[in-house]
Amino acid sequence: MKEITVTVNGEQHTASVEARTLLVHFIRETLNLTGTHIGCDTSNCGACTILLDGKSVKSCTVLAVQANGKQIATVEGLAAGGELHPLQEGFKENHGLHCGFCTPGMLMRAVELLEKNPNPSEEEIRWGIAGNLCRCTGYNNIVKSIQYAAAKMRGDELPDTEPEFV
Amino acid sequence: MIPAPFDYAAPRTLEEAIALLQEHGDEAKVLAGGHSLIPMMKLRLATPEFLIDINGIPGLSYVKEEGGWLKIGALTREAELEESPIIRARYPIFADATKLIADPQVRNMGTIGGNIAHGDAANDHPAVMIALGAEIEITGAGGKRTVPIDEFFFGFYATALQPGEILTEIRVPVPPAGTGNAYHKLERKVGDYATAGVAVQLTLDNSGRCTAAGIGLTNVNPTPLRARRSEEALVGHVPNEERIALAAQYASEDCNPTSDLRGDEAYKRAMVGVLTRRMIRRAMERARS
Ligand SMILES: Cc1cc2nc3c(=O)[nH]c(=O)nc-3n(C[C@H](O)[C@H](O)[C@H](O)COP(=O)(O)OP(=O)(O)OC[C@H]3O[C@@H](n4cnc5c(N)ncnc54)[C@H](O)[C@@H]3O)c2cc1C
Ligand code: FES
Ligand code: FES
Repeated sequence: MKEITVTVNGEQHTASVEARTLLVHFIRETLNLTGTHIGCDTSNCGACTILLDGKSVKSCTVLAVQANGKQIATVEGLAAGGELHPLQEGFKENHGLHCGFCTPGMLMRAVELLEKNPNPSEEEIRWGIAGNLCRCTGYNNIVKSIQYAAAKMRGDELPDTEPEFV
Repeated sequence: MIPAPFDYAAPRTLEEAIALLQEHGDEAKVLAGGHSLIPMMKLRLATPEFLIDINGIPGLSYVKEEGGWLKIGALTREAELEESPIIRARYPIFADATKLIADPQVRNMGTIGGNIAHGDAANDHPAVMIALGAEIEITGAGGKRTVPIDEFFFGFYATALQPGEILTEIRVPVPPAGTGNAYHKLERKVGDYATAGVAVQLTLDNSGRCTAAGIGLTNVNPTPLRARRSEEALVGHVPNEERIALAAQYASEDCNPTSDLRGDEAYKRAMVGVLTRRMIRRAMERARS
């Protein structure tokens, strides 16, 4: 067993883990933060996306021991002080989710995307979420949700949230 | 899916890492980005007994030009390569390639050293490095040695790396004026491994004659492949339509693709031809601009 110390959503945790423990299992089963989902378990779907030292990664393909000494952010930490993060608000206002299974991963991926590129084009958003699969929405409303959050974070006028029927 | 049990160490220096590798020999594996190794361990296709995590070793992540070489540290992440100002300004082939490697999350972890050390003909950097004529720096207990890219890949997952050695740097000769390069792969969906991929680098003189050519092929051979006859079809000539068609034909003849879910052999050969033609043209455009 290896002892690791990680800071998750601002709170420090120390725990003993097997070297083979995957970070996603540590987050879900040791820390009981089940907002981070397991979809494919093969690094394809992005449902398990978290931020590791600010970078979006697929936690099903990282060992818990690799996170030792690092900062982790999960979806549970997004709504700081009980107020929705602009991305959460964007997904809520634009119908950016149906079943919600992919949503935590989408949100955490989008956090880094907007940090690096506060004013992304539709194409840049689509490339930016290329590692996240959604089986429900067809992505259009996810793109709109991220555009909405980007506008809100820039302090720009908010785009129309009326659904588009295509 | 959880890997079989193994022991783990995260050394802080290269010397320590090499000593651990020497001590554990065949049973040990280096852990870099983990995005080829961990999936294989989860499927129990790899069952190393000891993982030596090199992520905590400082000084292995950089992109710089020095003494006529572009030098890339083995631990440089794909995302860092993508965002490097030197790469963006002067090496468009890496922008072509990294954009098509997996997805942003995988590129935040995956390292360029790991991409090459894995020795997988399906990975994209090997063909790019063949086109660019790279050298691989390897560090072991006895110091450093350098292996030309053409002597690096031996077979399926087999490379010139010996137990106890770490790939530490990739070096690419800074291309002379009049050089252009380009990479593209055909993929079934974004982030997939290549159905076929082609990397081309060409140097043209003032009269438009090709003075040097490098062409590497992805995932159409047991090892990453240099399309030697295609290169020879261009060097010493003005790459006109006829020469380009010849180079494309040779590449599709000289590769050895296997039929699988990505396509049958004939289709892959045809796609190697198409991509070779297109990448030669794109490299020529870039050489002229
Ligand atoms: C969903 C998914 C899609 C992908 N798609 C693509 C793709 O389209 N194109 C592509 O090219 N790749 C793709 N990859 C692979 C990815 O780019 C890997 O990150 C890369 O192949 C390996 O780099 P790594 O740093 O993760 O290495 P690791 O997984 O840590 O290591 C791979 C192997 O190399 C050895 N190794 C690593 N670094 C060193 C070193 N410095 N010295 C000695 N040995 C070393 C390890 O021991 C191991 O055997 C994909 C991966 C995933 C999960
Ligand atoms: S569960 Fe990690 S990528 Fe699908
Ligand atoms: S909302 Fe159901 S998978 Fe995306």
